[in-house]
Amino acid sequence: MALSSKDLLGLKGMPADEIRLILDTAATFKDVSERDIKKVPTLRGKTVINLFYEASTRTRTSFELAGKRLSADVINISTSTSSAAKGETLLDTARNIEAMKSDIIIVRHSCSGAPHFLAGRLESSIINAGDGFHEHPTQALLDLFTLREKLGRLEGITVAIVGDILHSRVARSNIYGLIAMGARVRLCGPPTMMPAGIERTGAEVYRNMDEAIKGVQAVMMLRLQLERQAAGLFPGVREYARLYGMNRARLEAAGKGVIVMHPGPMNRGVEIASDVADNDSVILEQVTNGVAVRMAVMFLLSGGNKAEA
Amino acid sequence: MNILIKNGHIIDPENSVDEKLDLLVADGKIAKLGKPGALSASGAEQIDAAGKLVVPGLIDMHVHLREPGFEYKETIATGTAAARTGGFTAVCCMPNTKPVNDCRSVTEFILAEAAKNGSARVYPVGAITKGSQGEELAEIGELRDAGCVGISDDGRPVMNAAMMRRALEYSTIFDLPVLSHCEDMSLAAKGVMNEGFVATELGLRGIPNAAEDVMVARDLALAELTGGRVHICHVSTAGAVRMIRAAKDRGVRVTAETCPHYFLLTDEAVRGYDTSAKMNPPLRTADDRAAVRQGLADGTIDVIVTDHAPHASDEKAVEFDAAPFGIVGLETSLGLSLKLVEERVLTLTDLVTRMSTAPGRIIGRGGTLSVGAAADITIIDPEMKWTVKAAEFRSKSRNTPFEGRELKGRAVRTIVGGVL
Repeated sequence: MALSSKDLLGLKGMPADEIRLILDTAATFKDVSERDIKKVPTLRGKTVINLFYEASTRTRTSFELAGKRLSADVINISTSTSSAAKGETLLDTARNIEAMKSDIIIVRHSCSGAPHFLAGRLESSIINAGDGFHEHPTQALLDLFTLREKLGRLEGITVAIVGDILHSRVARSNIYGLIAMGARVRLCGPPTMMPAGIERTGAEVYRNMDEAIKGVQAVMMLRLQLERQAAGLFPGVREYARLYGMNRARLEAAGKGVIVMHPGPMNRGVEIASDVADNDSVILEQVTNGVAVRMAVMFLLSGGNKAEA
Repeated sequence: MNILIKNGHIIDPENSVDEKLDLLVADGKIAKLGKPGALSASGAEQIDAAGKLVVPGLIDMHVHLREPGFEYKETIATGTAAARTGGFTAVCCMPNTKPVNDCRSVTEFILAEAAKNGSARVYPVGAITKGSQGEELAEIGELRDAGCVGISDDGRPVMNAAMMRRALEYSTIFDLPVLSHCEDMSLAAKGVMNEGFVATELGLRGIPNAAEDVMVARDLALAELTGGRVHICHVSTAGAVRMIRAAKDRGVRVTAETCPHYFLLTDEAVRGYDTSAKMNPPLRTADDRAAVRQGLADGTIDVIVTDHAPHASDEKAVEFDAAPFGIVGLETSLGLSLKLVEERVLTLTDLVTRMSTAPGRIIGRGGTLSVGAAADITIIDPEMKWTVKAAEFRSKSRNTPFEGRELKGRAVRTIVGGVL
């Protein structure tokens, strides 16, 4: 089987069998990164453009490595070096890139819908690497991959997502992906950071973190944007950490063997205590798996199917 | 030139006329109404209006003509051509031009340009405050003398309640309506669409209903305090409808308007990040839409306007956050509003009241087929089926969420001052 769209814009509406296809394909790519020679010729001659309108180290590097390990030619364009500073529109920039014959354009943008906007206007495959507060599908896919690897299944598990849900594209993609795969999702955060109507996704909303994480198999901690304090969304990091920060006592009270995840970059001591991050989390495994998942996505969008991987 | 309009169904709510009559126009004025065949007029141009509605010229009291300053979006010439195509004999143009219409010279420029190149009457709306900055009152008396029919800081709401109070008080000297764009800027913040589940799914910043409601509440309280005439612009929320209804019940001098998109669309139209569904206030929920319809039906909302807001295609072909607010409306408003008649929300008489009589009363111009009045007349074919094609608009801009929509009913003649 293959993916039904030329693009990966989000996980909303993506059927479970397509998600499963990506995860299964990623599993076969994971060992490439473990080899001495970390390269396969799968995407030789393909051109992949990382078009990043927002700062990123982890995601951009992950996509770049994924492309290079598949032998694609990978170019990075970031805002500081792009034409955006000269006032060129997003569409013009993307059209110019496509005129140089790109195959895949990976877009990160602070405006929700920017990848969607390009996908409808360009021939290249568009991969959403995070748009505004909308979606970050490859992050959710690597989270699903990590959870499946750790737990052996996704169906029937319960995952709590804690923090600033309102501004989180990671949360949205994970909600859609987890629910599609048969998991239950609990959302927890201050009501100032809980988006309107989010329970209509099927997720359950909690205000108290201890209740939200009780009995779950995994907890995803979200990064707190410290500038939200000025907008009145929380009074300060001290109180935030007290109410919504992951620490050892809380983790132990939640149950045994609870998996702690974080999409990074972390605010140590705010949403996650260093002790938990360093000793009890799977954060670095998430990062490792990110490369494999992104290899799988690029491969499948280039017309590959699992049998060839 | 004299015109005899024969066999039409004349609807003139101002004079309680709703029957098949002939209408004679002489010297640019309504000369006479009579039973079909009863009027003789040798040499008059004859129009057979059998099967058509003959109504007082439609008035859109909330339009952005963009000139001076933004002629690449629209000009007085193209905007009034669009108006006339849509059946409007008159439009009120909002003052957020460049420069802002806050003084006589700008008003006079608009009127001179309209006289020279306009196809419909243009009634300027002056600014409430200088430069629409919200800091000092504009010279409202001079604006009135120059031809302004109301004042508004549309698009840049007067956030300072004390300033709004003074504007309402001061405007009573001239009995001018104060047209209020009700939006609390601190609540709307950087929002780009209605706050709710659709915004949550799309990851777009929301504008809560409360951003409109708190300002409507404020302005109603200030109108009550001052005795000023407040006109609430582009009502989009159930809360605003409820509060305006209650204020009218206790005798506050308030009138209100809404637009076709608020009684036809909801925030679902934004899905796919369609920037032609981005306007301010934003498209709301089905509950709000139902309340707006109810408000139109019971007369809480007096007027249907378009908030015609042309923008160049390039400006809308961008990220949703970066696109400007607003849609064009002059050429679709009548066809869209006739839906309310088809769906039995309004009678035809109600519709003509909302699109001509009521706005005419509020601005003190037109909206009647009284003998002796200027012959501003719209002839409507209520059965004509047509499809919205933005490429054919007379407006310079194409930003409509109604592209491709099948409509029934269209203006076939728009007579301004007795000129066909």
